[in-house]
Amino acid sequence: MDFSWIFSYWPLLAAGAVQTVLLLVISVGFGFILAIGLALAQVIGPRWLKLFARGYCTCLRGTPLLIQLWLLYYGVGSLLPMIPGLRASLLWPLLREGFFFAAVSFTLNYAAYEAEVLRGALLAVPKGELEAGRSFGMSSSTLLRRIWLPRAIRIALPTIAGEVVLQLKATPLAFTVTVMDLYAVAYKVRQDTLLVYEPLMVVTVFYVCLTLIITRAFKVVEAQVPVRR
Amino acid sequence: MSSSQSLLELLSPYPPGWGGVLLAGALSTVLISLGAYLVGIAIGLVGAIGKLKGNRPVRFVLDLYTTAVRAIPELILIIGLYYAGTDGLNRILSALGLPAVEINGFVAAVAVLGIVQGAYMTEVFRGAILAIPVGQIEAAAAFGMRPRLRFRRIVLPALMPNALPGLANLWMSVTKDSALIAVVGYQELALATRIAAGNTKHYFLFFLASAALYLAITLISNVAFAALESRLRRGQPTTA
Repeated sequence: MDFSWIFSYWPLLAAGAVQTVLLLVISVGFGFILAIGLALAQVIGPRWLKLFARGYCTCLRGTPLLIQLWLLYYGVGSLLPMIPGLRASLLWPLLREGFFFAAVSFTLNYAAYEAEVLRGALLAVPKGELEAGRSFGMSSSTLLRRIWLPRAIRIALPTIAGEVVLQLKATPLAFTVTVMDLYAVAYKVRQDTLLVYEPLMVVTVFYVCLTLIITRAFKVVEAQVPVRR
Repeated sequence: MSSSQSLLELLSPYPPGWGGVLLAGALSTVLISLGAYLVGIAIGLVGAIGKLKGNRPVRFVLDLYTTAVRAIPELILIIGLYYAGTDGLNRILSALGLPAVEINGFVAAVAVLGIVQGAYMTEVFRGAILAIPVGQIEAAAAFGMRPRLRFRRIVLPALMPNALPGLANLWMSVTKDSALIAVVGYQELALATRIAAGNTKHYFLFFLASAALYLAITLISNVAFAALESRLRRGQPTTA
C-alpha cells in the first residue's frame, strides 16, 4: 500500500471531487424540476402528453445510462457542428465540453427515474386532503402548489434519498466522455503511478462519505416535516 | 453519403453492414446478464440464509459485503473487482508455482457482475423469507420435515412471489450494468456499438440502434416477468 501520491495529486483530486459534486447537484436539481413536469403530465395531462411522458420514462429507464451518454456525446455531438452558425456562437465553448453532455444526459436520465417515484407519490396523497383544499375554494393551481405537490414530495422523500445516492453512483460514467471527475483522476493516477488499488480505494472512501452525508441530510429534512401515519 | 439506402446497408447483418456485430453484441449482453443473474441468485440465497441463520462472524461479513457493494459506484466496483480478481488469481497461481492464466473476459464479466448482483439479491431474498407467514414454516416443521426438505418444498416456493418484483428490478439493472463491462474492454453490445460507430462515423445511427436493442431486451423481459409472476402467484387470493 502506497499512498504517497496523494500529496502530489491533491489539487487534481479536489478538482475531480468538485466536478463529481457539480454533476450530482446539476442533474438532481434540474432533473427534479423536469420530473415534476413528467409526473404531472402522466397523472393529469391530456392523453397525448400522458403517452409522451410514459414513453419518455420507458425509453430512458429501459436503456443503459452509458448508451444515453454516448448517444448524446458522440451522436448528437457529431451532428452539432453541422448546424450553421453554432460554431461561432457563444454556446460553442460549452457544447464542446464532455461535461455539458454528461450533465444533460444525467439530468434526463434522473428525471425519468424520479418521475416514476413522484407519479406514485402524487397518486398516494389522500383524496380527503385534496377535497379539503378544494372545499376551501382553492384553484387547482393553488391546490397543486400548496397541497398536492408538497404532500407528494413528503411522501416520496425516503425514495428520493435512495435515488440521489443512485445518481451519485452513476456519475463516474462521465469519465468515458473526457470529464475529469473524481474517478477520472483515479484513472489518471493509476496510469501515472501504476498503482491499481490505492487510487480506487481513496475515491471509494470519498463516494461512501458522500453517500453518508446525503442520507444524513435527508434524515434531517425528513425530521423537519412531521408525518403522521 | 447518408441516403436512407446506405443507412439501411450500414445496419444490415451481413459483413459490409454492422448489424451482425450489434446483434452478436446483444447476444453476449444477454448471456453475460443471464450468467451474472444466476450467480447472483446463488449468492443471494446463500447470503440471505447466512444473514438470517448465521452466527455473528458470518452475519458481520455478509453485512460488510452487502453494504460495501451497495455503497460503491458500479463502475468502480466492476473495475476494482476485475483487476483485483485477475491479479489475485494469478498471485495465488504463482504462489502455488503454476503459470499465470489469461482470464476469459466472459467469465470475468459474469463473476464481477454476479458478485454485485449477489449483494442486492441477498437483501431481496432476506426480505422475501421474512415475509413468509411463520405458520407455514412451523406447520412444515410440525409435520416432521427436516430443514433442507422444508427449504426446498415450503420456503423456496413461498418466497418466490415475494421476491419476484425485486428480482425483476435486478434483472433490469444487470442488463444495463452489463454495458459497464465495455469499459473493461470485453465486447458486448455497448462496446460493439462504439466500434461500429467509430469505424463508420455514423455515431447517431448506431447508438440509437443499440438503445433500441436494449429497450427491446427490457420490454421482452417485462412481458416474461409478468407471465412468471402470474404463474408463481397461482392459487393465491387476488386482491383488487
